Amino acid sequence: MKSKTNSITLLFSNFTQLIKTITLMTNSDCILEMINVSKTFPGVKALDKVNLSIRKGSIHALMGENGAGKSTLMKILYGLYTPDAGGEIFFDGKPFNPKAPIDAIHTGLAMVPQEISPSANLSVAANFYLGREIKKGILMDQSAMNEKTNDILKELGIPMSVETLMQNVSVAKAQLLAIATAVSYDAKLIIMDEPTTALTESEVHQLYRIVKKVQERGIAIIYISHKLGEVFELSDEVSVIRDGEYIGTKKTTDITKEELINMMVGRDMDEMFQREDVIIGETLLEVRNLSLPGKFHDINFSVRKGEIFGIAGLVGAGRSEVVEALFGYKPAESGEIHLHGKKIEIHKPCDAIKHRIGFVTEDRKLTGLMLNMSVTDNMIMPELLPYEKHHLISEELARDVANSMKDQLRIKTPTVETIIGNLSGGNQQKVLIARWLLLEPEILILDEPTKGIDIGAKAEIYKLIVELARLGKAIIIVSSEMLELLSLSDRIMVMAEGREVGIVDRDNATQEVILEMAAGGDVPSQEEQELESEYQTQGVA
Amino acid sequence: MIKEASANARKTHYTEILNKYGMLLILILLFSALSLKIDGFASFRNIFSILEQVSMFGIIAIGVTFAIVTGGIDLSSGAVVALASVVGASIVTGTEGYGMTIFAFGAAMFVGSICGLINGSITAYGRIPPFIATLGMMTMARGVAQLVSNGRPIDASSDAFTSIGDGSIFGVPGLVVIYVLVAITCHIMMSRMSFGRHVFAIGGNVNTAKICGVNVEITLLKVYILAGALAGLAGAMLTSRAYAGNPTFGNMWELDAIAAAVIGGTSLAGGVGSVPMCIVGALIIGVMNKGLNMLGVDPYWQQIIKGMIIIGAVLLDAQKRKKA
Ligand SMILES: Nc1ncnc2c1ncn2[C@@H]1O[C@H](COP(=O)(O)OP(=O)(O)OP(=O)(O)O)[C@@H](O)[C@H]1O
Ligand SMILES: [Mg+2]
Repeated sequence: MKSKTNSITLLFSNFTQLIKTITLMTNSDCILEMINVSKTFPGVKALDKVNLSIRKGSIHALMGENGAGKSTLMKILYGLYTPDAGGEIFFDGKPFNPKAPIDAIHTGLAMVPQEISPSANLSVAANFYLGREIKKGILMDQSAMNEKTNDILKELGIPMSVETLMQNVSVAKAQLLAIATAVSYDAKLIIMDEPTTALTESEVHQLYRIVKKVQERGIAIIYISHKLGEVFELSDEVSVIRDGEYIGTKKTTDITKEELINMMVGRDMDEMFQREDVIIGETLLEVRNLSLPGKFHDINFSVRKGEIFGIAGLVGAGRSEVVEALFGYKPAESGEIHLHGKKIEIHKPCDAIKHRIGFVTEDRKLTGLMLNMSVTDNMIMPELLPYEKHHLISEELARDVANSMKDQLRIKTPTVETIIGNLSGGNQQKVLIARWLLLEPEILILDEPTKGIDIGAKAEIYKLIVELARLGKAIIIVSSEMLELLSLSDRIMVMAEGREVGIVDRDNATQEVILEMAAGGDVPSQEEQELESEYQTQGVA
Repeated sequence: MIKEASANARKTHYTEILNKYGMLLILILLFSALSLKIDGFASFRNIFSILEQVSMFGIIAIGVTFAIVTGGIDLSSGAVVALASVVGASIVTGTEGYGMTIFAFGAAMFVGSICGLINGSITAYGRIPPFIATLGMMTMARGVAQLVSNGRPIDASSDAFTSIGDGSIFGVPGLVVIYVLVAITCHIMMSRMSFGRHVFAIGGNVNTAKICGVNVEITLLKVYILAGALAGLAGAMLTSRAYAGNPTFGNMWELDAIAAAVIGGTSLAGGVGSVPMCIVGALIIGVMNKGLNMLGVDPYWQQIIKGMIIIGAVLLDAQKRKKA
């Protein structure tokens, strides 16, 4: 009796095995298959039975709101997180359970993470071969590594000298290098997690070119992005996750933007932000002849109450440096700042805070987050006084305020006591914005405020900015997203190579005008020009 | 399905509690085990004797915790104990009355603060890593202590002064009372006052702290002055208990203090730590010292065991942070 049941079970399990094999064979055009993959963190079900199939050699976009679980899914594939029991992953038809990134890389899966951190003190080639140095006997073969790196960079059309130290390489180039590194691992699938958040428009186009080149080599790509434009330009298929659940996969050509947005947020929404006008008052802030040698020179502008003032330019144009000086983080050497018509001195951030200037910085990791502290602690930092009772900080008061901010900005976190490092990138950004809203600033400086923020939340933040303007605050916004600047700003100052090229009104501002102005000072360095022409003559680029 | 989810939630709840109070649990287990093994280990007399021992390096550990939370360190505290002890002893020797006693305690703390001020200035304004700055101070303070005392112990017999180390209030030894008062004050400073919040912010991300308007230099200065003053206080306490000041006092105490902080979960990376947990760490070291002594364990082995426990605690901390 017993043995009979046993053999039946055996037969049955063999049968399921068979079915599975058959299904797999029919899906053999897939490089990756994830079936019922879940992941639970303390207090959060980040992924709930997600299914995802990636076709060989295709560019597959992955979309979803902040905290939907995209990065978590990718980290599982890359061996950084272990999924909950019960799910299955197949890579190239074989079961795939990476324990560490090295397993993933050896199987043929590489990742360009959301935030890349190369070793700044090593050369481009050294970074390229980090951990797998080419050796001659017991010594490293530097020239071989240089040569091979150079070959791959040439093939992909990334002009640069391989002996440059990484610290002298721009963020955009570093991003491209990370992709090239992934290619050189002989990867069959490369994951790119929001690769364009730190790039300007022209750099984004270079990235597209490289991504297409990578695809031509038969490599599949999972491309995570919040930008619809990118997804429609690049991808063959797009999948959506919402609140940790798999919603569906569509051919990009079969779906409209509206449908895609609906899949993501579960309701209809306008992609373009239409701002309403706000009454603009008297001049609040005036900047005269602000200079910091080597960074920016002779900057003049003024911002009025209720005005949203944009600053445009390419990366390296000195936009962030100007606002950092304005806030006293890296003060200018000469020039004057006037507030309410009176000259004020700002030598340190606390001076700026005293004058109720707020500053959402550009680099979340470097100057924004206190990673191992709670959401509340991160929010209340600039001004503790309002939370004090008899000189003691009231945890309760702080928590209440943090909770109200959490609701207002729809920050996705189990509690406000959660360590901020455990939030998704977009939700971390929201906390940082909340931090400065709590200061109730007269002037709010925002440097790339919607970096990594999803479409729905973006619209919310835009609304918030306009609302602040309506309340008579002055807003200064630095952004590499042209549409963001154009749809928000009353006036836009364009910078190039540390100089102020000019200020355009809302009515005269178009993408072309601004790009032309921003390119005004943009001359590629000597070395790059030479390399580029060298490629052209060789017919590689 | 729902059952599974709630079981999951309960499991994560347990691990959270274990993470938070794990060291307290270890302390209780350690104490219970030793009490079973050794007669009289759990007696009041023995407990107070442990607490007295702990109170001195425990106070130093609190100051060191502040420094570590900013992402720094203070290696000079043992040497400052020695310096404060010879200064305190030379003031109090042959005098009568509580006036001189208070003066001697004050002077010891003042000398400690000066050392801290120097540590802090070099760190905050000279931008020298605190490891180096306080390493220098460690050698210097010990040198000055030798110089002041001519390398010999200084008699500190003054009835009023020694009564602090000998006496008790309602049966609780004077040194323990001081420890408790210091701990409460520092706990409030660290967890409830903006100064403490700034200390965490600096350890969490120095750039962010700056952007948020924290005066990083002044805060660091205060932290090292506090650490120095507490080391000075510990020096005075030790002097009053030993009836003498001695330039060799406090040898390696800085390491016990750092160990207490780290065992208590203070992260050497900065931004994490608390006074109560630092006390737990100090108690673990104290209980272990006493227990190993009473068991008659070879002192060399004692060192080895202590070292292993410190490394174990740091490993645990790293594990906690790595685990996803
Ligand atoms: N290490 C962690 N510990 C606890 N919770 C986590 C951890 N990592 C992620 N989470 C939670 O899992 C959820 C999914 O996060 P994930 O980073 O995957 O989102 P995402 O889709 O990449 O969002 P974004 O677009 O903002 O980058 C979030 O609610 C987040 O708070
Ligand atoms: Mg993400």
